[in-house]
Amino acid sequence: MELLRFFTAGNVDDGKSTLIGRLLFDSKSISTDIIETLTKQSKTSGIDTGIDLALLTDGLRAEREQGITIDVAYKYFTTDKRKFIIADTPGHIQYTRNMFTGASNADLAIILVDARNGITDQTKRHSIISSILGIPHVLVCINKMDLVNYSEERFNEIVNDYKEFAQPLNLKQTSFIPASALAGDNVVERSSNMNWYKGETLMQFLENVKIDVVNSDGASRFQVQYVIRPQTNHLHDYRGYAGKILSGTYKKGDKVLVLPSNIETTIEKLEKHQAEIEVANALDPVIIHLKDDVDISRGSSIVKVSETPQTEREVNATICWMDNNAFQPGQKLILQQNSFRTKAIVKDIVGKIDIHSFKQLESDGGMKLNDICKVFIKTAEPISFDAYEENRHTGSFILINENTNNTVAAGTISLS
Amino acid sequence: MNFEEKNMSKLDYLDQLENEAIHILREVAGQFDRPALLFSGGKDSICLVHLAIKAFRPGKFPFPLVHVDTGHNFPEAITYRDNLAKQLDEKLIVRYVADTIKAKKLQDGKGKFPSRNGLQTYTLLEVIEEFEFDACIGGARRDEEKARAKERIFSIRDEFGQWDPKMQRPELWNIYNGKINKGENVRVFPISNWTELDVWNYIKREKIELPSIYFTHERECILTEHGQLMNTNEFVQIEASDVVVIKKVRYRTVGDMTCTAAVESEAYSLDDIITELKEAKISERGATRMDDRVSEAAMEDRKKGGYF
Repeated sequence: MELLRFFTAGNVDDGKSTLIGRLLFDSKSISTDIIETLTKQSKTSGIDTGIDLALLTDGLRAEREQGITIDVAYKYFTTDKRKFIIADTPGHIQYTRNMFTGASNADLAIILVDARNGITDQTKRHSIISSILGIPHVLVCINKMDLVNYSEERFNEIVNDYKEFAQPLNLKQTSFIPASALAGDNVVERSSNMNWYKGETLMQFLENVKIDVVNSDGASRFQVQYVIRPQTNHLHDYRGYAGKILSGTYKKGDKVLVLPSNIETTIEKLEKHQAEIEVANALDPVIIHLKDDVDISRGSSIVKVSETPQTEREVNATICWMDNNAFQPGQKLILQQNSFRTKAIVKDIVGKIDIHSFKQLESDGGMKLNDICKVFIKTAEPISFDAYEENRHTGSFILINENTNNTVAAGTISLS
Repeated sequence: MNFEEKNMSKLDYLDQLENEAIHILREVAGQFDRPALLFSGGKDSICLVHLAIKAFRPGKFPFPLVHVDTGHNFPEAITYRDNLAKQLDEKLIVRYVADTIKAKKLQDGKGKFPSRNGLQTYTLLEVIEEFEFDACIGGARRDEEKARAKERIFSIRDEFGQWDPKMQRPELWNIYNGKINKGENVRVFPISNWTELDVWNYIKREKIELPSIYFTHERECILTEHGQLMNTNEFVQIEASDVVVIKKVRYRTVGDMTCTAAVESEAYSLDDIITELKEAKISERGATRMDDRVSEAAMEDRKKGGYF
């Protein structure tokens, strides 16, 4: 069975919670005691007609009180075909950073559009974030079709509007489904109200959409997380580099380069789950043994000599500023890419992305919470990276405030 | 097949969950000076130990196993705990809630089912202080409860162990920021994304041995007014009006004897349990925990107070 991670963005008004509730209900993922609690709560909040599905996803007291989603909630359901992880993220502009958090790992974005309103600022914002984060699939779910008389014409109009808007975003794959989460049309059950629609229901789409999670075809990328040295009599000389294959494959005898120290050596042995293996594939948690004693520690990369990544002291990136405190020019930061950390400084804010038009605006020299900017960063140690669009693992990083230790920004690396 | 053409191997979901958990455990080892694994003898922490074996062998665990013993544990879970630590030759630290109660002159749990659930937070914070642990690995899962559904995998706690849900650090991709100030600590939840069913499927796949109380057995229980089956033991006050029954039961979660209910079951094997769960209509905590029934925000409040 496969695993699909997707995120939904929006607010109670968009029908997001109803949609998630419907997926969970209809896949029988909600237990009777939880339904019972919800019915009770729904009554206290003045809803007499059944269950307020928003209460199912909004887990914090403040969220229930204000009727909004503030932070990401993770929900799980399983069908016969797949296990699903939903990152249910807020839609408000002031919680953009939380949306980034929930979306960063996703294979798929579900963007909800109210059929009455068509494309709104929120639709644009969510699509632009999906584009920046390189989400492999974007599903535009045109919801509340019951309120536009299940009109095919209206559906087509919105699809065309969306395609026109999204054209410069370079989304990898986009699909459209007309639905009504409240009435259940095309969510799990096929709608008899929209016979003109011949495509998949939302659930069919989720079960069938192709997932490219594991890229063993890409360049070989591995970072050391932890050095295993038992130092017992029996294993006196044992020295293994534990980490996860980020992409590509490795095998015994491969000529490799250790970065950033730039030393060439050979893979002597590969271990996984206490057994020696011949080939290690992408995402495998392994222990690598090298032929030579070289300078290597947590955060070092091991790559095949024929597939070396760029290794520089400077990177161009798009970052989302996530701290309540605005960026201070010259601020000392720590850049963390997987397990690799180095001191870093934002040298230049090249431009600011308009979150509703995707246009690059001139920078005013500052970065505030939720701003998305193109920046030029200098690092103390050389960093080995790929473009984010090539490799989500080696092209992404976070920035940490050296003083508060908070994660203040998330970035994706571009080569130019 | 497009996948084969592009050499894109498809991983099973259990492999993906396992890989993620191992990655997280190794991040803990790499980022912290004094981590600990909170071990309760329950199935979730047993899975954590199994994952630690995969992450670190042939090396030793880079952390001790720490158990906050409420004194109300099932004897089967304690035996299991001690055997496991011995068999693995790993360090086990046990601290007792009873000692905290005595030293701090705290009020012990009262009433018919005297719970030490709230009290164990004190002992937990004490053991963290005693050993200066900077990271505590726990087996909490996001599917258990809606406040947990909101918590990050690396959850930063202040000096008082408090969780502030409004100040959570953004957590992106698979990048974990474990940098903390002195006095703070991090709770780490490697199996956040596992559901109860995933845990059981994993235990079956990996042939992990469990304490016997997870499987069906005959037990004397009190049938409570909410229809829960509470096992009779030295800590529970049995009254004349109580309905005492002998039932074939098992435990879905292993907490304190005083606040964990049994479920009626005929499940002898892991396969039986998995079948039973697929048909079960009641959630894990709903079926078995008395402590979450207090209010809608019971778990959120306990976490804010330093709970796991």
